Amino acid sequence: MIEVKDLNVTFANAGRAVHAVRGVSFGVADGESFGIVGESGSGKSTVLKAIAGLIPWTATTLAVAGQPAQRRRSKAERKLMQYVFQDPYGSLHPRQTVDDMLREPLLIHGAGGIDGKVAAALAEVGLLPQHRFRYPHQLSGGQRQRVAIARALILRPRILLLDEPTSALDVSVQAEILNLLSHLRTSLGLTSILVSHDLGVVAHLCRRIAIMQLGRLVETVDAGQLRCGDVKEAYTRQLLAASRGYSRTAS
Amino acid sequence: MSDTPLIEVDDLNVSFPGRGGVTRAVRNATFTLGRERLGIVGESGSGKSTTGRALLGLIPRPGIVTAKRMTFGAENLLNYRDADWQRLRGRRMSMVMQDPKYSLNPVMKVGHQIGETYRLHTRASASDARARAIAMLEAVQIRDPDLVYHFYPHQLSGGMGQRVMIAMMLVAEPDLLIADEPTSALDVTVQNEVLRILDDLVRDRGMGLIFISHNLTVVSSFCDRVLVMYGGKIVEECKASELHAAKHPYTRALIASAPSLDRIDTELTTVKRDPAWLA
Repeated sequence: MIEVKDLNVTFANAGRAVHAVRGVSFGVADGESFGIVGESGSGKSTVLKAIAGLIPWTATTLAVAGQPAQRRRSKAERKLMQYVFQDPYGSLHPRQTVDDMLREPLLIHGAGGIDGKVAAALAEVGLLPQHRFRYPHQLSGGQRQRVAIARALILRPRILLLDEPTSALDVSVQAEILNLLSHLRTSLGLTSILVSHDLGVVAHLCRRIAIMQLGRLVETVDAGQLRCGDVKEAYTRQLLAASRGYSRTAS
Repeated sequence: MSDTPLIEVDDLNVSFPGRGGVTRAVRNATFTLGRERLGIVGESGSGKSTTGRALLGLIPRPGIVTAKRMTFGAENLLNYRDADWQRLRGRRMSMVMQDPKYSLNPVMKVGHQIGETYRLHTRASASDARARAIAMLEAVQIRDPDLVYHFYPHQLSGGMGQRVMIAMMLVAEPDLLIADEPTSALDVTVQNEVLRILDDLVRDRGMGLIFISHNLTVVSSFCDRVLVMYGGKIVEECKASELHAAKHPYTRALIASAPSLDRIDTELTTVKRDPAWLA
């Protein structure tokens, strides 16, 4: 469904070039859930933005659904792939109601039956009809993230790109959103890429996981291998040890 | 861990009157702290930060703090006025906040900020303050303290910024440090370095530490004792090493709701809230 070969992203920063992503290659099959983990600055979100066409990139191959991706995407290509961001407050318009925000993508794509689709999208993510005319500040963090997911899914994309969708939420709310995501993924047959710094979250939601460090893809493992610590690279082992909590002896 | 408690709190209540009635942010909290690492965990809005702030006299008006007893060593904090707090804060107790970006002065060199704190609380000369600031930067394991002394906050990474904050809070050698989510903004590998610095300070200097966090894994592996807060109430207190065997249904649900590498769940447990927990 997604094929990435030798992806590079460079930013010019105060006259200096920052090579944020260095020669990353991976493939995601149709219906697969792929995860990317790494620390801040490892380039994991940048990979996702490049796939979505939000930033300039260079690659030997970057193909989505069998079609080579261009720098500028057509409406149909955009409809195929939708994005959920980390901060649900920052990604929702503060002066628009939930209804306005869910309506907008449908209007842009000229869809019919908008009223019914908005109502169905709300029900799908577990929101009630009374949430439809609220503003983001009248919703809790978990509800806001549900709105962001509803907006991403309302165009019925085949690919969902998730950039730290639960890291701004409490664990109890995170559990609800993760359950919702895994339920929607199976019922809609979505292909997804999830970026997170939390190994537990990635292992829970993804089958295959890429570990990134300083712009490079260090290794790709199965969720099972990650759980039992069957990994090759020292860096992955270090991440695993650190995610299991504090110990005086660990370096 | 210690015979005389550093902090004793009995029946602490913090409430904020508002248009819609009174919000009770902390309800009947009772606990003690020795020279140990005490963790406070809970979700956002559970009152864990408010509890820490109440101990430092940092509840803004119109918030109301009441307690049957609130002592720090021999000091009775209940009848403290602003001037008394000024004398205590920074010198004998201080607080590290979550995000160093918002807690440091952006237009002042970090070394000067540390030195300023020191001079405010002692009668040190400028050159003493400078030497002391560099020594503190070294104590929090900043590799090149002479260089970092001249850095502005925007030149620091998250982990370095948090270490500078800790250096600044500890320069006057307080007996109590309240750390409010000190590692939540940091990467896991950096997080462990910052925790080790705090750990060493508690061990070597006999400081008391209140560690506020929403991360159960960190708290259970780092602290000695844990308080679990829900809706302003302390619902459970236990040894950190025994947190996995917690009894309260809320604590158990919190532990179960976090996806773990050691467990395969098809569906994560969500927290079903019982109004009786706040009764």
